[in-house]
Amino acid sequence: MKTETSSFDEHKVLHELKHYLPAQAPLKDFIHHNTLHAFQNLNFFKALNNAHEILGYNVSLSLDEYRSLYQTKKIKENILDKVIASQKGANNINEWKTKLISQRYDNSNNARIGQLRANWKKEFSIDLDLLIQPILFRVLCSYLDQGISIWNFPVHELGFLASIKEMEKNTYTSFFKTERAKKLLLSDKCQIEDLLKIIVGDESLYAQYIFDQQFSHQGWSGMVSTIEDQPETLLDSKKISIKELVTFELLLEIDALDKKFGKIWSPLGQRIERRPIDLFAEVPETELRDVFTIWQLAYEWSYYDEVLAGLQQGIIEKKEIPSKSFQIMLCIDDRETSLRDYMEKLDPNCETFATPGFFGVEFYFQPEHGKSYTKQCPAPVTPKFLIKEIEITEGRKKDVHFAKHTHGLFRGLIISPTLGFWSAFRLFISLFKPSISPATALSFSHMDKLSKLTIEHKEGVANENGLQVGFSYEEMATRVEALLMSIGMVKNFGPLVYVVGHGSSSVNNPHYAAYNCGACCGRPGSVNARVVSFMANHPKVREILRSKGLNIPAETQFMGGLHDTTRDEIVFYDLTFLSAENAKLHTENLKTINKSLDLNSKERSRRFESINSKLDAAKIHKKILSRSVSLFEPRPELNHATNTLCIVGGREMTKKLFLDRRAFCNSYDYKIDPEGKILVNIMKPLGPVCGGINLEYFFSRVDNHKLGAGTKLPHNVMGLFGVANGIDGDLRPGLPSQMIEVHDPIRLLIIVEHFPEVVLKTIKSVDAMYEWFINEWVNLVVMNPETKKLSVFKNGDFTNYEPLAKKLNTATDMTSILENNLDNIPVYLIK
Amino acid sequence: MTTQLLFHIFILIPVFGFILSIFIPGKNEKLISGIAFSIVGVHFIAFLAYMVYWLMNGHPTLNFKDIVLFKTTGYEFYIDFLFDKITAVYFFVGSLLTFMVTIYSKAYLHRENGYKRFFNTLLFFYLGYNIIIFAGNLETLFMGWEILGICSFLLIAFYRERYLPVKNALKVFTVYRIGDVGLILAMWMSHHLWHQNITFAQLQNDELIHAQLETHSLVGVFISLMILITAAAKSAQLPFSSWLPRAMEGPTPSSAIFYGSLSVHIGVFLLLRTYELWENQVSVRIIIGVLGLATSIVTSLIARVQSSVKSQIAYSSASQIGLIFIEVALGFENLALIHFAGNAFLRTYQLLVSPSVVSYLIREQFYNYVPRKATFEDSFPKKIEYSIYLMSIKEFNLDSFMYTVLWNSLKRLGKKLNFLTLNNLFIFFVPVYLIGLVCLYTKAHIPDDIHEYLPAFFALIGLMMVLKSFAERKNVILSWTLIIMNHFWVALAVSFNENFTYDQIHLYLSGIVVAGIVGYVCLNKLRSIEKNIDLNQFYGHVYEHPKLAFVFLLACLGLTGFPISPTFVGEDLIYSHIHEDQYVLALFTTLSFIIDGLALVRIYARVFLGPHIKTYHESPYRSS
Repeated sequence: MKTETSSFDEHKVLHELKHYLPAQAPLKDFIHHNTLHAFQNLNFFKALNNAHEILGYNVSLSLDEYRSLYQTKKIKENILDKVIASQKGANNINEWKTKLISQRYDNSNNARIGQLRANWKKEFSIDLDLLIQPILFRVLCSYLDQGISIWNFPVHELGFLASIKEMEKNTYTSFFKTERAKKLLLSDKCQIEDLLKIIVGDESLYAQYIFDQQFSHQGWSGMVSTIEDQPETLLDSKKISIKELVTFELLLEIDALDKKFGKIWSPLGQRIERRPIDLFAEVPETELRDVFTIWQLAYEWSYYDEVLAGLQQGIIEKKEIPSKSFQIMLCIDDRETSLRDYMEKLDPNCETFATPGFFGVEFYFQPEHGKSYTKQCPAPVTPKFLIKEIEITEGRKKDVHFAKHTHGLFRGLIISPTLGFWSAFRLFISLFKPSISPATALSFSHMDKLSKLTIEHKEGVANENGLQVGFSYEEMATRVEALLMSIGMVKNFGPLVYVVGHGSSSVNNPHYAAYNCGACCGRPGSVNARVVSFMANHPKVREILRSKGLNIPAETQFMGGLHDTTRDEIVFYDLTFLSAENAKLHTENLKTINKSLDLNSKERSRRFESINSKLDAAKIHKKILSRSVSLFEPRPELNHATNTLCIVGGREMTKKLFLDRRAFCNSYDYKIDPEGKILVNIMKPLGPVCGGINLEYFFSRVDNHKLGAGTKLPHNVMGLFGVANGIDGDLRPGLPSQMIEVHDPIRLLIIVEHFPEVVLKTIKSVDAMYEWFINEWVNLVVMNPETKKLSVFKNGDFTNYEPLAKKLNTATDMTSILENNLDNIPVYLIK
Repeated sequence: MTTQLLFHIFILIPVFGFILSIFIPGKNEKLISGIAFSIVGVHFIAFLAYMVYWLMNGHPTLNFKDIVLFKTTGYEFYIDFLFDKITAVYFFVGSLLTFMVTIYSKAYLHRENGYKRFFNTLLFFYLGYNIIIFAGNLETLFMGWEILGICSFLLIAFYRERYLPVKNALKVFTVYRIGDVGLILAMWMSHHLWHQNITFAQLQNDELIHAQLETHSLVGVFISLMILITAAAKSAQLPFSSWLPRAMEGPTPSSAIFYGSLSVHIGVFLLLRTYELWENQVSVRIIIGVLGLATSIVTSLIARVQSSVKSQIAYSSASQIGLIFIEVALGFENLALIHFAGNAFLRTYQLLVSPSVVSYLIREQFYNYVPRKATFEDSFPKKIEYSIYLMSIKEFNLDSFMYTVLWNSLKRLGKKLNFLTLNNLFIFFVPVYLIGLVCLYTKAHIPDDIHEYLPAFFALIGLMMVLKSFAERKNVILSWTLIIMNHFWVALAVSFNENFTYDQIHLYLSGIVVAGIVGYVCLNKLRSIEKNIDLNQFYGHVYEHPKLAFVFLLACLGLTGFPISPTFVGEDLIYSHIHEDQYVLALFTTLSFIIDGLALVRIYARVFLGPHIKTYHESPYRSS
């Protein structure tokens, strides 16, 4: 309905609105991403400033927090001086230091968003949010519901607004309290612009009004926007768009205003005297923002500097292990690094690698009897393959407590006096002896351990829904080659190569998907591990690989497995394929692996109040197992709560370094990739995946109310796709406080072992990747593999970096340090 | 005598636990939860031991009169205890669930702000619950009732820095207050009917009860209906049902134990306790049954359309309680008790595992997805189907009904009283009060025609005061002063009724004066620090002034006549002087007390709770 004179372009405004709304998918597809993705085209600090001023987000720690970090020497004085000198000039160090340490600032939050629409309440005493939101949220939730309600939204095939219209036409009651809104809905004068004309009147304010309105409940708006863009994310698919939501909400507003003021009232635009500042007008720089920037940089570099000094001092020469007991590939996930440490420590003849946990094989997975597919690769990839599970051995268990008929009137009459007593008993048992139940989201149940998979593509098997069932040998060989090249595993193969994905188990945890493998789209990586092992073992694949110069000895066998990061258990698949010698070797290796898992759980336990970390490792492991299935445990594990680093290079860089599970590690051998061709593929996902995780933790930590989900204890599950507080609150995207409370908000530092010029060329080769670095959403340091010199990426180029920390902490064994510390532990050199 | 000692122990253990828990430093999580856990655990085990003994001795009904708190001619306020099958079942369910929930919460609330506050409130709630189920007369029961009400408010508003929990806590508190009207009026009338504070045990005495009820059948119906209102409000029956899902704002375990199980079944307890009273009143039994039936149908329809897991559980629980009401009305006491226990256990467990519903149902859906299951409603004509669906989504307008009928109409009345300002108060009403006092001393000279109307007239002035206080948006001090004055007007009004000694008035007003001064000092102090405070929005000052907030809360409780203040006994005493034919006076006084409580909690909430007015720290969205 755009008229020629209109300055309001609905399409453009809604497009822009969608860009700024939270982009979190429904819970089952929870994937970490940069919460402030809308500002990613700006420099990091400029973006923080804008997000704070425009949308009112808190974007950094508080001044008090920074100052106390400075007092406890977590922010180091020499680093602070250096940062001030680089930002404000060496002459102004003292002046700025005084400002940083003792000046009082007014940090009140006067966000631009919401100011226009706030006039309804301020000037005209009508609280639109209070009147509209409860019914709006309930209608939205009922329409989108994935399976909580017993009686579903009766009309749904037509799309949101059309369904509302259909119901409004055929009912004795109404969505509205007054006549005009109802008539408007049923008429064809129901375009957004028509409605805004009634409510706002002044065209130049339309866009701002819509932003204000939608950001008064950004959780719901974000969910609608995400579902509009990715309808496949709902199993029970629903058609809805942000346009329909805005229209319906405007109608509800007209309804509420009519009810309060009668039929005749003048629009907001004509009533207000002072026009609010334009949302996207240039945001001024203030001294306070500079203070925050300097503090943040000093905080980050105080930690980075220590790590870089450690890398330089701790790096060792590569030594080839003559007879390997096993080689193991784990995910780059920060939770796997400590496990690698323990394995290498217990068995010096093993070799560990890390690579993204989908192991380079991308496909959809369909469990037996599954009605749809799950994606088993990073979210941006769209696979063309389907792997099906067949011949499962175990069925699923059910729990009557989740059954809907307990909510029925008459069946409830039978059930509550009978089942009720069983519930009390169950609760009692689960408090004193927690165990796995159907309520548990268990990583190992993603795929039946003894089932078979359709990995080989058979000639003549028809595609299913456009997907090829299984891979051809050529396709397999390409993937196996790429995987082995990327981690530098091209010669000196040991007899056994474990490929171990990871997943997580928890109960009472709506955010369970966030704990699984991000490279597998929030699912456990067990299927990928099995699939890639099968490929690498296949004689025909090996033949093709041989022809390409990659020679895997016949006695070498690959074996898939799954590491449960919550329970610290590893399950291996397809044991029967092992040769007799390898089976024997495997039994030996299992001892090392199980011991490592015990020790790993001991290290993790230092963060858990409920477990005494000084106990024997095996005992602690039992407690960890029970913790993972406890109904009352809101922190089954800490997930990525400590991530800050990402190290791309050989194991020699970090082998003698204690990094406290804070580093993503990606194994990489620069020698076989002198031009950085492999490096491109390694570095491309680092921004969105590791940077995304890091920034989601960052922002959820600094503003847990607005950018995080708040405490999870009062959360109520809405429609199976989101959580809210209570029954009529807004959806809460982001991470709950229990996930981020121990996180230090420090941007990801990526450290690559290669020559600066190669890395520079690599990051510049893809624009989207370069944006992450040039705008400083992640930091980048390169270590020259020959000179061991460090250079830091800044303003498009690398400059030399000399760490200020000269003497680092050293230890021969970390055990007692781990047992006695609850907080983050600084970098240690292991002697 | 030994039984009596035992009962003292059963009450004193929670009292002791609650008091102990107040003095533990907030940082010491282990000690706080440890105390809660051991107190409730010891209580539970002691009870189980006693149960065995009690059952082996033929499970007699035990009743005894305990401390007399106040005594004067023709009036006695005493604590009375009763133990029978109903108490036993409620005790078993209550202490088992509380015990399990304390264990659950020990780890669940780890590192939560307000860890201590949670356990304090939980133990206080537990105390209130025990007082109710052991109570042998309405007065004792009312003490527990008040404790339960305030604990509910505090637990719903547990996340006091957010807007919705505070708003909903006020909403629920309003409904609870309405329930209290019923209880106060029932106490008033039964006092006059039997000329004493009757015990529940005496209700079983046929001669005493039926003799009186037969001659005063209307009075009997009145008392029964008042009790029914109270029970319906507490047990989320029509038209009050919509408060139940809105109470699910606190941490999940508190929602589970309060609104899934114990608190919401207390209405049923009240009906079972007073069964003998209305046993022979067929009309009352029919009303209870019909109310239960209507509730179970309406709330189960609403439950069917709920798309959030907690509201679904809340409404299905309410619908089961509707059925329990029917069972009670039919006289199936044992069935009702079993149904209560089962429903309480089931809903508690369902709420506690409710966050698991995502992974469980998504998995179920993944394997068993059927596009859309037909429900029986699909067989209705389209227009009827859509209408019922829409009504269910809108909760049959129950929530907006409560809001417009109660809250808004009080507001509207209050706004008509805008002429009441601090100045007017002193220029006009203080002299009127003095005249009133003069009249009081010279009442022998006042003609009977006028004298007859004076009590109601003064009570009306008092009522105006609280109405204005409740509707006041600007001046906090004015609002506070009006509430204090209301009590003085009530005292004056009742004084006209008959000659009674001043110590009764002193007893009543002493609590008021102390609490009034404490509250006034708190507000003044806050005003001197923060300058602007009004009642037009939430200020959230508890963020910076938690101690002041706590003291002020105590002052509010004192002023409402909470059982920490002598005013609690005084209020009951006041009622004993309102004659049974003075319906108007009783109504005005009761309304005063009720609105008074609402106005006080509103002041506390507006000034100290909700999103903090200062935004230098992380602050939540209003919609969260």
